[in-house]
Amino acid sequence: MKLKLKVWRQKNNQTKGSFEQHTVEATEHMSFLEMLDVLNEQLISEKKDPIAFEHDCREGICGTCSMVINGQPHGPQKGTTTCQLHMRQFKDGDTIVIEPYRVNAFPIMKDLVVDRSAYDRIIQAGGYISVNTGQAPDGNSIPIEKNTALKAFGAAACIGCGACAAACPNGSAMLFTSAKISHLSHLPQGQVEQTKRVRGMVAQMDKEGFGFCSNIGACEVECPKEISTENIALMNREYLKASLVSE
Amino acid sequence: MSLTGLFLILFLIVHLTGNLQLLSDDGGEAFNIYTDFMSHNPLIQIIAKGNYIFILSHAILGILLALKNKKAKGSKYAVSANNKSSWASGNMALLGTLIFAFLFMHMGHFWFQFKFGSELPLVSYDGVEMIDAYTKVVSVMSQPLWMALYIVGLAVLAFHLWHGFASAFQTLGLRHKKYTPLISVLGKAYAIIIPLGFAILPLYIFFTQS
Ligand code: HEM
Ligand code: SF4
Ligand code: FES
Repeated sequence: MKLKLKVWRQKNNQTKGSFEQHTVEATEHMSFLEMLDVLNEQLISEKKDPIAFEHDCREGICGTCSMVINGQPHGPQKGTTTCQLHMRQFKDGDTIVIEPYRVNAFPIMKDLVVDRSAYDRIIQAGGYISVNTGQAPDGNSIPIEKNTALKAFGAAACIGCGACAAACPNGSAMLFTSAKISHLSHLPQGQVEQTKRVRGMVAQMDKEGFGFCSNIGACEVECPKEISTENIALMNREYLKASLVSE
Repeated sequence: MSLTGLFLILFLIVHLTGNLQLLSDDGGEAFNIYTDFMSHNPLIQIIAKGNYIFILSHAILGILLALKNKKAKGSKYAVSANNKSSWASGNMALLGTLIFAFLFMHMGHFWFQFKFGSELPLVSYDGVEMIDAYTKVVSVMSQPLWMALYIVGLAVLAFHLWHGFASAFQTLGLRHKKYTPLISVLGKAYAIIIPLGFAILPLYIFFTQS
């Protein structure tokens, strides 16, 4: 299949970027990233600068393959990361527009690569439990009801990819932050630091310059792990509770 | 945002209930007595002051929120994908600003006239003299321009509430497997029924009085 690509090129975070046109010959069995690999081989053989994009696991678990394909973070397929998106989702002759995430708190570093370390700092502000590490505890030593475990696990599926903030017209990181809060607060181990956690993480989120959720719901639609906005309600609830008690 | 919005939602119910008396076939007596009561009862006066504060804080918070969010978003995408969110949800600040403009017109027509206007029409029932608010309403609503602007304003309100009602519950963290779908449906019903209820009044007056 022959594809026309309009790819965002930007030298660094100081310069302005623009779109560049390319054509690429791909097969429908390729993943989206493999298609970009083919294009980069082509560019390298023409002694041109290859397109910078992030990737690591290429199996949908690390969350680094951040880019916006035809206006959708991680492309058109529901519940799928860019690396797991296959070219059979496109047709021969299609034009595909590829852009970096556009969120103020994720500065564009080069081409499609953005700096998502704001999410790491949100985690550092409270997304942990303070326990002594050591032997892995026995799996069933703390009984947790099945439904609760499923909820915690559902939230823990968040891979921190940043698509939620990228999809949000408010540039809000609340789906991510709430997933991290909800994952721990469903479990007994998360209870001790619950108040401190929600305060710290929400404060960091604001400090990074992310917007506030106005319940548009675009994040939930684009999230490759299909994290629910139910978690945002839980975070709002916990935040309200935390603001009613003293430090 | 959510608390002030929910208060305004309650206010609209009371306001509409009062206004529906315009429809009663008594030459405006019920409506006039109601208006007179509302403008002289001290408790109502306190609630009314609260209402102004709520509208103002809702509008100011809303604009500040929209500005902060616009800055957080940064630049726009070249291609905008159509996802499943409603048009209203992405345009709350625009809709809110239009409602605010509408409120100026509305206050200018009635509140300002009653407070500062001269040559107000008066009536008396059982020897009690009061402002003939009914005649005032009829004189405004029988003009095509004002009638049309009221309808437009109410349509804008409907869109704002289409998103706002359920959104307020989510913002407060009130989310439940059973009740949330119910709240969504209720919110959409409210967003249609209340503005429609208000809209009947200018339409009715316009077509029966002019
Ligand atoms: C005076 C002019 C008004 C302005 C400028 C305004 C503006 C806004 C803005 C910017 C939002 C935030 C968007 C969001 O969080 O989703 C909002 C939400 C809302 N508005 Fe208004 N609005 C106005 C009037 C009203 C009125 C008259 C009502 C009710 C009758 C109302 C009810 C709501 C509700 C329930 C919400 C949702 C709150 C939430 O999501 O937390 N608004 N408004
Ligand atoms: S909530 Fe979803 S979209 Fe947001 S960072 Fe986590 S996995 Fe990515
Ligand atoms: S490269 Fe790891 S999720 Fe796509």
